[in-house]
Amino acid sequence: MATVSMSVNGKAVTGSIDPRTLLVQFLRDDLRLTGTHVGCDTSQCGACVVHVDGKAVKACTVLAVSLEGASVTTIEGLAVNGMLHPMQEAFREHHGLQCGFCTPGMIMSAVDIVNRRGNDLDEKVIREDLDGNICRCTGYHNIVKAVAAGAEAMGGQSMDQKEPPRQAAE
Amino acid sequence: MYAFTYHRPGSARQAAGLLAKKEDAKILAGGHTLLPTMKQRLASPTALIDLGACGDLKGIVRKGRTVVIGAMSTHAEVAESAIVQEAIPGLAYLASHIGDPHVRHRGTIGGSVANNDPAADYPAACLALGATIVTNQRKIEADAFFTGLYETALEEGEIITRVVFPVVSKAGYAKFRNPASRYALVGVFVAKRGSDIRVAVTGAGEGGVFRWPEAEAALKARFAPKSLDGLKASAEGINADMHADADYRAHLIGVMTKQAVAQATGK
Ligand SMILES: Cc1cc2nc3c(=O)[nH]c(=O)nc-3n(C[C@H](O)[C@H](O)[C@H](O)COP(=O)(O)OP(=O)(O)OC[C@H]3O[C@@H](n4cnc5c(N)ncnc54)[C@H](O)[C@@H]3O)c2cc1C
Ligand code: FES
Ligand code: FES
Repeated sequence: MATVSMSVNGKAVTGSIDPRTLLVQFLRDDLRLTGTHVGCDTSQCGACVVHVDGKAVKACTVLAVSLEGASVTTIEGLAVNGMLHPMQEAFREHHGLQCGFCTPGMIMSAVDIVNRRGNDLDEKVIREDLDGNICRCTGYHNIVKAVAAGAEAMGGQSMDQKEPPRQAAE
Repeated sequence: MYAFTYHRPGSARQAAGLLAKKEDAKILAGGHTLLPTMKQRLASPTALIDLGACGDLKGIVRKGRTVVIGAMSTHAEVAESAIVQEAIPGLAYLASHIGDPHVRHRGTIGGSVANNDPAADYPAACLALGATIVTNQRKIEADAFFTGLYETALEEGEIITRVVFPVVSKAGYAKFRNPASRYALVGVFVAKRGSDIRVAVTGAGEGGVFRWPEAEAALKARFAPKSLDGLKASAEGINADMHADADYRAHLIGVMTKQAVAQATGK
C-alpha cells in the first residue's frame, strides 16, 4: 500500500491505496465521486477527463499515487452553491447531451479549452480540441454549440474551484 | 495491471540509483504509453520509478545555437514554449499535433523518444533536425539512436535527461493523421541547416523512422516544394496494415514532404 495526499475539489484528501490505483478509481471508488466516468479505460474516449493542477487529463491514464500534493477538480467541483457552472448550464440549454455518459468529460474538457484559449472560440478550434472526447449519441453538433455558448458565458475567468463547493440549499 | 512498487525520486541521479537497484524496474514518465501497456499486461514491471518529481528533467532553454528540452517536458509545454516557437516553429507545431489536449498535458518528449513508436512524431523531428539525445551516461546522436521498431540505443538503466535540438534556418512538419488514434499514418519533418538538408519520415517505415535521401538531394538544388515535383517514394520497406497499404503510404510520403517544405518556407 502507498499513501497519497491531494486536494480534490478544494478539499484535502488522503488515501492509503494500492499503487496500481488509477486516478479515476480513486475518485470513484475511494472518494465516491462517481461523476467522472470510465468509457473505454484505454485512453481514447475522454469520459474520465478531470483537471490536475488546472489542466485536463484522462484520469484512467494517471496513477493516483503519482499526484502527491496535486490539486484535482472533477465535474462535482464546478457548481457553486447549487448553481450550475456556466458550461454545465450551456450544455443543458443547448441540448449538448443525450445519454449523458460522455458529458462530464466533455464539460471538463470544454472548461480546459476556455482556460487555454479564452472565451471567443470558433467551431474549428472547438472541434479540434475535443479530439480526445468521444460521444456516441449526439453527433457533436450541439456539443460544439454548447461549448461556444458556455465559453462566452464564462466571461474571462478560469472556473476551476478554489473553494470546496457547498451543499445546495434544499 | 500486475502489482508493482512505486518510487518517486527527486532527481535523475536518484532515479538512476533506484533503477540500478530494483530488479525489473521501469521508468514512468507521462505514462501515456506505459500505463495502457501495463493494463493490457503487455508490460509487467515489478517497480515503477516515477520521474514526475525530478525537477532537473524539466525546463526548456535556449543555449547558443541550440534549444535544450528537458526529458520530462510535456508535449503541451513544448508546443506552448515561446523559446521553441521562436527558434524552431516546426517543432512547436509538431508537439501541438500529438494526440489530443489531454495526451499533450501528460505525455513527455523523453517518453516518446525512449519508446520510439514507429508512428510517433518526435522521432522524425529528432532525425531531421540532427538532435542529440542526452542520457545520464552519454550523448547519442539521433542518427544512431533510433535502431528499429520500438528499439533505441538506450542501454539498461539509462535515462534520457534532455534532448538538444540545433536551431536550423528552416524546418517544417506535415502529418497525415490516423483519424482515430491521431498517430502519424505518415509524418514528414524537413530541416535545412546551411547546405545540409534532412528529410525524416515517420509512420511509414517497416523499421521505424527513416531518412529519404532522394528528397534530400532534390531539395539541395533548391529548397522549395517545386523541387519535389515528379519524385516518388518507393513502396519497398513501407508499412502495410489495416489503416493503409504500402503504395498509399508511399504516395503520402511525397505529399507530406511537399507540405512540410511549404510550411518551412512559408509558402
Ligand atoms: C490517445 C493517445 C494518442 C496519442 N497520439 C500520439 C500521436 O499522435 N503522436 C505521438 O507521437 N504519440 C502519441 N501518443 C503517445 C504519447 O505521446 C505518449 O505520451 C508518449 O509516446 C510516451 O511518453 P510518456 O511520457 O507518456 O512515457 P511513458 O508512457 O511514461 O513511458 C514510455 C516508455 O519510455 C520509457 N521512458 C520514459 N521516459 C524515459 C526517460 N526519460 N528515459 C528513459 N526511458 C524513459 C518508459 O520506461 C516506457 O518504457 C498518444 C497516446 C495516447 C494515449
Ligand atoms: S475512460 Fe479514460 S479515456 Fe476513456
Ligand atoms: S451523450 Fe451519450 S455518449 Fe455523449
